[in-house]
Amino acid sequence: MAEIRVEDLQKRFGEFVAVKRSSFTVADGEFVVLLGPSGCGKTTTLRMIAGLELPTSGRILLGGDDVTFHRAGERDIAFVFQLFALYPHMNVRQNIAFPLKCQGMSRSEVARRVAEAGRILRIEHILDKPVSGLSGGDRQRVALGRAIVREPKCFLMDEPLGALDSEFRHVMCGELRGLHDRLKATTVYVTHDQLEAMSMADKIAVMNKGVIEQYATPQEIYQRPVSMFVADFIGSPSMNFLRFQSALAPGDDVVSLGEARIGIPAIREAVPAAELALGVRPEHIRFDDGSSLRGEVYGTEYLGTTQIVTVDTAFGQVKARTGSDIRVADGSHVGLSFDAARLSLFRASDGGCIRSALYEGSTHG
Amino acid sequence: MSSASTTAHSVVEPSANSKRLAGFLVILYAVISMIPLAWIFATGWKTPPDSISYPPKVVFDPSLEGYCNLFTTRTRQTQDYIEAQGPPQGACDEVTRKREMVIAGPSNYVPRFINSLIIAFGSTFLAVALGVLSAYAFSRFKIPLADDLLFFILSTRMMPPIAVAIPIYLMYRELGLSDSALGMILLYTAVNVSLAVWLLKGFIDEIPREYEEAAMIDGYTRLHAFFKVVLPQAATGIAATAIFCLIFAWNEYAFAVLLTSGRAQTAPPFIPTIIGEGGMDWPAVGAGTTLFLIPIVVFTVLLRKHLLRGITFGAVRK
Repeated sequence: MAEIRVEDLQKRFGEFVAVKRSSFTVADGEFVVLLGPSGCGKTTTLRMIAGLELPTSGRILLGGDDVTFHRAGERDIAFVFQLFALYPHMNVRQNIAFPLKCQGMSRSEVARRVAEAGRILRIEHILDKPVSGLSGGDRQRVALGRAIVREPKCFLMDEPLGALDSEFRHVMCGELRGLHDRLKATTVYVTHDQLEAMSMADKIAVMNKGVIEQYATPQEIYQRPVSMFVADFIGSPSMNFLRFQSALAPGDDVVSLGEARIGIPAIREAVPAAELALGVRPEHIRFDDGSSLRGEVYGTEYLGTTQIVTVDTAFGQVKARTGSDIRVADGSHVGLSFDAARLSLFRASDGGCIRSALYEGSTHG
Repeated sequence: MSSASTTAHSVVEPSANSKRLAGFLVILYAVISMIPLAWIFATGWKTPPDSISYPPKVVFDPSLEGYCNLFTTRTRQTQDYIEAQGPPQGACDEVTRKREMVIAGPSNYVPRFINSLIIAFGSTFLAVALGVLSAYAFSRFKIPLADDLLFFILSTRMMPPIAVAIPIYLMYRELGLSDSALGMILLYTAVNVSLAVWLLKGFIDEIPREYEEAAMIDGYTRLHAFFKVVLPQAATGIAATAIFCLIFAWNEYAFAVLLTSGRAQTAPPFIPTIIGEGGMDWPAVGAGTTLFLIPIVVFTVLLRKHLLRGITFGAVRK
């Protein structure tokens, strides 16, 4: 296993810049997820690490060696594809043995490794079956088997659960993370599904339009998003943004939205008058009749233990997550109050966050 | 409201009557297309008088004469000469002597047939081999003007091949390729390769490129991955394409008449010449045609599993 360093990586397709000057390091044994909407450059980044795509500029180091322009086969990595790419003309055992055969390994060693991979993934009973009749989950396990027999420097996975149905995806998430914990394998995993990312990753790189907006632990990304894009992309329902005009000075810990005065983490930078957005997670909203920030209930989605209440306010629509025991009638007027220590502020112009006490102790901000 | 049927009508299942009608039409079509073949087969086993009798004989005494005449050349001799030869050697000798003739030697059918085999299979192999390489390139790489090139390749099929017969004849004479197996192989390859590229590109497009990428990550070069991973999966398409190419090359008549005569003549231009050798020898023609059908039948039967899957053009997901 090895560390992956990506330095100043850039990829152009003609005029289109797919990946813009990205740098990040995946420590030895870490599970990193590249997360972003489709077309954000996450798969291109992964394919460049694999050697399936050559970067326009920048460097890629695997375990300290510069492999930027090495062929894929010379990098000693394993890649798991979304469509699994199991060879249909081979059975399960031959599929798993294929990478070892490519390396010209002895037959007894191949048999030993395949048996071990079968044991780790609990697919010993299907080793001699053709791949065509396998269920999605078994195909996925075979694809993983083909990756782990290599004992490669790192695993690269491109939406490996994308082709599975949603309930099974959840099971495989657990299995994948369990596998990673046992093998301690450096892993880069690409997905557009934030739940997959949050549940498996040691670190998440959130990408947007070819740029890594934030690279941090899932907790960090959820609690201290560095941009409106990250704040919006992570979390379901996503973060509420209340837009207002104001200027701020360092030390301010209250903002005014119309009549309402809302406590926020102490500001650490001077902000000239501009349009700002107050970011509030749905679960940090309480109904409070004493609050002067008021709105009209638009609708309620019942989710079992919690419910999502949508409220129209003068600053935009707000979704609040509350216990489902609270009854609010559609059309009723409610007051809202927020958990002051958890709020973020963004410049509406570029989506960047405004430094505050919230970000202290974090790696960004 | 039909009272007779107790089960509900399915919207997608054909009804019993439409199934019967479909079955009838299929059988009718099969009979119509099989009759000429059956007639050719039967003619091969008739005697020359039976083959031209009117009304035509459906029931007849089978005779070896057609096959004997196909494989031999004969000369007419006097009765005295024939008697001086001693007892007939083999069935063909006997049949021939009844017509007051003796066998002079083997006919050209076998060498012509071998020419056909060499030229048809040779050109099929070349066309498919070139086609699969170029189809792979068109499918996988960014080729400048790829669409125009593909159209250009297809456009060679837009005129009847015989339209260029005279220039090709002159060119071949100049290059010393006329009446040579190599010349015919090159010609049929050139005609077939456009079909092969188009058919195979469709099949290769259907193979996800992840397969090669996976193999390349596992340490194969692209060429290695092409042979070990792409080719096995394109087997269906290759089989279907090979059959189409083989049928064209096997049956081609016009260029074969024009460009071959002595050395490299194929079976199609040779078979009609049998008619001229000593009267209307229809049984020999029937026998020659029957044998001529065999290689295509064998090849198609061997590959039929691939062919049936192949002509759906990957419409069914594997």
